[in-house]
Amino acid sequence: MTVVPPLTDEKRRAAQKHIETIRFETPFHPRIAALMQTNDWYDWAGYKSANTLWAEELEYFAIRAQSALFDISPMVKYRIEGPDAEAFCNRLTLRDVSKLRPGRVHYTAWCDDSGHVLDDGTLFRLADTRFRLCCQERHLPWLLDGALGFDVAVTEETEEIAGLALQGPTSCALLKAAGFDGIETMKPFDIRDFGHESGSVTVSRTGFTGDLGYELFIDTPLALSLWDRLWTAGELYGIRAIGNAALNQARIEAGLIVANIDFITTDHALRADRVRMPDETGLGWMVDLKKGHFNGRRAIEDARRNNSIRHVLVGLEIEGNVPADHAIVYHRKKREAGVITSAAWSPTAKRNLAIASLERPYGDTITEDLWVEIYALHELRYTKLMKRATIVPRPFVKLPRRTATPPADC
Amino acid sequence: MTSYDAIVIGGGHNGLVAATLLARSGRKVRLVETADTLGGAARTDEFAPGFRVSTAHILNRLHPDVIRQLDLAAHGLDTSAAPAPTTVLGDREGPVTLRSGYGDHVDGISPDEAKAWSELRALLLRQAGILKPFLTRRPPRLGKLSRADMSLLGGSALALRRLGKEDMREFLRMVLMNVADVADEHLTDDRLKGLLAFDATLGSHLGPRSPTSLLGLYYRLAGEAGGSVGGQTIPAGGMGAVINALARAAAAAGVEISTGANVTRIALEGGKAAGVTLGTGEELRAGTVVSAINPATTFLDLVGPRELDIAFVRKIGNIRMKGDAAKLHLALDTVPDFPGISDADRKGRLVIATSTDHVENAFNPAKYGEFSPEPVMEITLPSLSDPTLAPDGACVLSAVVQYAPYDLREGWETGKPKFLEAILATLEANAPGIRNTIRHSELLTPADIESRYRMPGGHWHHGELQADQMLFSRPVAGHSGYDTPVGGLYLCGAGSHPGGGISGVPGLNAARNILASER
Repeated sequence: MTVVPPLTDEKRRAAQKHIETIRFETPFHPRIAALMQTNDWYDWAGYKSANTLWAEELEYFAIRAQSALFDISPMVKYRIEGPDAEAFCNRLTLRDVSKLRPGRVHYTAWCDDSGHVLDDGTLFRLADTRFRLCCQERHLPWLLDGALGFDVAVTEETEEIAGLALQGPTSCALLKAAGFDGIETMKPFDIRDFGHESGSVTVSRTGFTGDLGYELFIDTPLALSLWDRLWTAGELYGIRAIGNAALNQARIEAGLIVANIDFITTDHALRADRVRMPDETGLGWMVDLKKGHFNGRRAIEDARRNNSIRHVLVGLEIEGNVPADHAIVYHRKKREAGVITSAAWSPTAKRNLAIASLERPYGDTITEDLWVEIYALHELRYTKLMKRATIVPRPFVKLPRRTATPPADC
Repeated sequence: MTSYDAIVIGGGHNGLVAATLLARSGRKVRLVETADTLGGAARTDEFAPGFRVSTAHILNRLHPDVIRQLDLAAHGLDTSAAPAPTTVLGDREGPVTLRSGYGDHVDGISPDEAKAWSELRALLLRQAGILKPFLTRRPPRLGKLSRADMSLLGGSALALRRLGKEDMREFLRMVLMNVADVADEHLTDDRLKGLLAFDATLGSHLGPRSPTSLLGLYYRLAGEAGGSVGGQTIPAGGMGAVINALARAAAAAGVEISTGANVTRIALEGGKAAGVTLGTGEELRAGTVVSAINPATTFLDLVGPRELDIAFVRKIGNIRMKGDAAKLHLALDTVPDFPGISDADRKGRLVIATSTDHVENAFNPAKYGEFSPEPVMEITLPSLSDPTLAPDGACVLSAVVQYAPYDLREGWETGKPKFLEAILATLEANAPGIRNTIRHSELLTPADIESRYRMPGGHWHHGELQADQMLFSRPVAGHSGYDTPVGGLYLCGAGSHPGGGISGVPGLNAARNILASER
């Protein structure tokens, strides 16, 4: 039997700084704090993060018209390394990792034994036998238990690696100006290492905005100098620091879901019926039954066979312009069909958008005659709106520049 | 490559039972055993020239359904042995002897104590009777109760009702108590209390004052032998004779048996069991693979974690199965003399556990990784019932000795001679002169039992038999029904419900479950 070394107290403590320190500061905090005008901080997985810095709307337009710099350091990161790293990732996650080439990243998800989603995230294949898993929740005990029987080492590197998202139409030109030679040849989901001072920065053409954009990962000690390098080069490209509120608007337009907002992850669900299978969170396309065993496979196959999948995640367009956050969705204005999990007025599409979790058959076989009930509070009086909702495909906003290679002006 | 309908891994008694029943249904069955002889810890081996013994030495729970369904009598099982008495070797007060089914009648105690004993015994047997129907059934599935589950639970509810309100309350009050408190409530005689303390904790990592220790006694009393509930026999020919009868039944049913053939891998195709690979490289195919061996070995070594889910592997890896009992075999020149014990009673079970405190004190060091300096034990002299087990005039002594923690802190290499010395000193005190007659001794620590019988942790239940690892939670919660997450792969060994001991019940239940689900 293979033995996985237990988590030592030292390792455990080292991984708990975000718990021990309330609103633990990210490596970029000195720069963000200097730019902060609204004093609008929020808690992202234990880290002090900006919700807005100066103006939500303008931050949003920095994403869509300039270059927006967003601190993604609180994202949880694991290094997965060893001869069996691919096999380990394949057993852990839903998609076929053997199809993920070194230098590429894919969006994936993973489930518990009952096939309910533990988290979604991005899996970076940094080398043949080295991966980085980025996600919302902490999973080290799960990953270590999953390593039993595999020749693989799993290490938490959330604090060791700082992350920045640079998103927006000028982001490629900005990086090029900052000395990232050849950045324009990177295709979506490509990964490439670039030199930075004494070390290197790992850049992926990924993001959470549906726009042209990149994510940059760097050893924490070099974090501030990377920020400064981008900031200096970005002056002429309209670089702006942004917070979560603007990003959230952009990601809804892109139709992207967020764990514990658009669905409850299995480890967070207190109520037994709140857990969701991939087919219930719009992630069913990831389930690759052509590959070998992966965690939750038997349960997912059983649920599909028994038609016991109860929910479905849909994109909605809602008439009017009042965002329908957490509104109840009705069928024929009467029967409850589900709930809105995220909603936003889209400045780019000029449409009122929402992501909703519906209970089948609504959203599955019954897709017409859906309504949402919005309570709009105007000076202590609710206006109750019953608005028609139409199921529409995601992404709601599809920008050619997200995938164009090379990007324009580059 | 040969194809079968079913392959049974492991030729212990449960494997034989399951294989036989599957073969009787018309299936082509192959049973594969690593050792050169069948029977696992129940086989009878020579441990010194001319001396034979089996590690399992007392038959007290071979289930009547197993005997009947496999026609074991027709295959040579001798069920005529008289129930063997249990004698508690007394310190100063002389011995106490329980006769027939766990002390139907007791010698050596006061009339008042005899009355108290008889009431307690009746109470415990009534209570064990409530749990008994659960033994031969698949544990009810929580969340989706079948009609059979409902009737089982309903039957138990009815049994509780039939007890009457007082008895029902008493059962619910007592079921998770420790045996020491129960004994104190009813008895005054330390020797009887010591026996209950010993029997309740035998084979588990519990002391008599540990919470829930009474469950072990219920488990014992839910068994029967020689037609008496709670009874026991010393089988002629050792436990190997029982195995021989099972092996004949299996052969008669058409089971193809290979010994000396180890399974190195359970092959899966499309996530389902497809056969096994042997150490020789030979592949056997079957859509049904039944593992009579340890659950952890089955999943972690033979299937491998890669084909399984993470939380399931975690649960399997966390089954507590570190044995705390050692087995002593002595080849003696003569039959030892236990003063005050009649020749007839010497043929039965002799228990050295003089009081609750004796057992509890023996347990205390085990909590901290040390063996008991004054161990408690049960002794049989199997060669008195079957003279062929020892040369003329000589004698075999077989003893289960507690406590002997698997993970002995100092290590068994240096610990074993010290523990042997402690055991022999205890024996000498109870049978003066015995040490001078020892021709050969063999002490099997849990580490030895582990390697000899491939029982991880050297635990004969293949998983502690405590409340958290019983019924719905045996071998692990959510997978207690003999079927497993791997389609076509079943468990049928002691690690499954109800647990260990020579009962044949896990094998019986598993076979019934397979036959019902594959109908």
